[in-house]
Amino acid sequence: MSVLVKSLLGGAVAGSLLMGATAVADEIAAGHVYDLGRPATPEEIAGWDVDVMPDGTGAAMGQGTAAEGEEIYMVQCAYCHGEFGEGLERYPVLFGGEDTLASGNPVKTPGSYWPYASTLYDYIYRAMPFGQAQLMTPDQVYALTAYLLYINFVIDDEDFVLSNENIGDIEMPNREGFIADSRPDAQPAEVCMSACDVPTTVVGRAAIIDVTPDNADDAPAIVLE
Amino acid sequence: MTETNQAPATGTGSRAAGHPSSRGRRQFLRAGAGVAAGAAATVAGGAALGRPGVAGATEIDPGNLPPNVPMWGHYLGDGVDAEPYGSPSPHEAHVVRRNVPWLTATTESSVNFTPIQDLHGFVTPNGLCFERHHAGTAEVNPAEYRLMINGLVDKPMIFTMEDILRFPCESRFYFMECAANSGMEWRGAQLNGVQYTHGMIHCVQYTGVPLRVILDQVGVKPNGKWLMAEGGDASGMNRSIPLEKALDDTLLAFAMNGEMLRPSNGYPLRLVLPGWEGNMWVKWIRRIEVGDQPWFAREETSKYTDLLADGRARYFTWEMDAKSVITGPCPEKPVLHKGVNQIKGLAWSGRGTVKRVDVSLDGGRNWMQARLPDPVLPKCLTCFNAEFEWNGEEVLLQSRVIDDTGYVQPTMQALQKVRGVNSIYHNNSIQTWLVNKTGEVENVRLG
Repeated sequence: MSVLVKSLLGGAVAGSLLMGATAVADEIAAGHVYDLGRPATPEEIAGWDVDVMPDGTGAAMGQGTAAEGEEIYMVQCAYCHGEFGEGLERYPVLFGGEDTLASGNPVKTPGSYWPYASTLYDYIYRAMPFGQAQLMTPDQVYALTAYLLYINFVIDDEDFVLSNENIGDIEMPNREGFIADSRPDAQPAEVCMSACDVPTTVVGRAAIIDVTPDNADDAPAIVLE
Repeated sequence: MTETNQAPATGTGSRAAGHPSSRGRRQFLRAGAGVAAGAAATVAGGAALGRPGVAGATEIDPGNLPPNVPMWGHYLGDGVDAEPYGSPSPHEAHVVRRNVPWLTATTESSVNFTPIQDLHGFVTPNGLCFERHHAGTAEVNPAEYRLMINGLVDKPMIFTMEDILRFPCESRFYFMECAANSGMEWRGAQLNGVQYTHGMIHCVQYTGVPLRVILDQVGVKPNGKWLMAEGGDASGMNRSIPLEKALDDTLLAFAMNGEMLRPSNGYPLRLVLPGWEGNMWVKWIRRIEVGDQPWFAREETSKYTDLLADGRARYFTWEMDAKSVITGPCPEKPVLHKGVNQIKGLAWSGRGTVKRVDVSLDGGRNWMQARLPDPVLPKCLTCFNAEFEWNGEEVLLQSRVIDDTGYVQPTMQALQKVRGVNSIYHNNSIQTWLVNKTGEVENVRLG
């Protein structure tokens, strides 16, 4: 018998190793505080706490103008988003799209869709430029945010100073365009099991659309006996 | 039983080349045996161009068929440790994740798809779980990993992975579905394969620490009503989560299917929000902030909001509606034989447990109840199956799930009536597969 097994079989030893007096572990108790982890220091929090709320809560100290932002944009952003924010290849379009949301081809941009300006700052700071994230200064990000607001006609003065003081006050065009989740929806009056009145004519075929990735090895093998 | 069901002999030859292993020796011996038997000619399968695992036997050595004893019945195979971390049979090399290149600008901010047509049971193997990244896979050294919790808490704290692994944990099976699964199908049948129409889903056993246990360590202030989960990758993925969900069944998971998370699935720690859209399951989670209001981050405003026909959009559409799909037959799995065939599929509900699955052979005019083999677990993929006789005529296959809240999987017509066609997200409509007279299966739209 191994030393370990002997130890575990020795009640006195096991009792000192296991938490609690019984041989059954307690349920996970609500509110139990373990001696694990340590306090986060203000410096540590400052390095990671980069988010901004719609009312501006949490916005880092800083400021910038659209005029300043345009210069940064051309160097850091135009390569993917285009010189005019038109979006190259499949990269996101950053301007326009007004009055398209109810159309057959909705164009979702900060001007046409985004409800809060804070989201622009929050996202640009944390994720942009793509593959070079969290390397810009707050001033640069305020300037870029101001530039995007400017090309979307949210602000009309390229020297308007956007800052942590006023980013929560910006009113976005589609602020009222969002509604709460009202699902579950689209429910049938009853669950039909037989002779259901449903259309059964084939009106569309993916094989004809033909956008499924090509792979010669994927060709279906049809073998009938 | 026909020869066409034999798996192809792919890969072994090239793998053996240059390896003085027992496998190489077997290969050599097999060649000799073939000559000795005077049967160098091979039986070509009926479908030389066939895909592996379906019907595509490329070569069959008669020497391995009865009454002969096959090579593997005579000679030694690899010893233990030939592969310290095992891998699937080379005959299953076609069972892989695939992406749709035209969907996104880069692979670093993209998605691929779980090959659900080739899976069995409800558990997804870790290497086949679909990936969705916004800035590529973060390569995190667990020794350098830190989880920070701050905001409206009594005590902002930092935890290491060693700390996390010392908390009590639980293991539970959950499905995880991207809100955009089937998102390319709103306007019509587009992608001809169930991997592409329904493959942004996986189901694994997650092991992790209940988030409520971690929140107890920092003490949420009375005005703390929302959490923001933030990823440590170069997209800094952030989503707002109501406190009630965090205190309910949310996990901070470090393992999937018994092993530590794969890097592409959030190693070393990710959020698990059972039943809710996959985008919120923040990977490589570095920080949780407690707040008194939601953040309206980019991924919950610009993306992952559901545009309706009138131009307004639903926001915070977290729960995944009940959904089901037949994973065989499907475009990748044609009907190969007349007579009896098995329908198999998967069903799930983000609101609870699958109660019933019906299948139809005539496009939804008549339905029969499918079998639901055990186990049937909440917020978990659930298998269903049923037989059908195929006589060579066209068949319109459908499945329809009902969950334990009474929710019924809708038709696309019913969904479009409420939501239009611009939603992108949360398409859980009934899928139709057309089995044509040759046995091929197509993704079609009925109207």
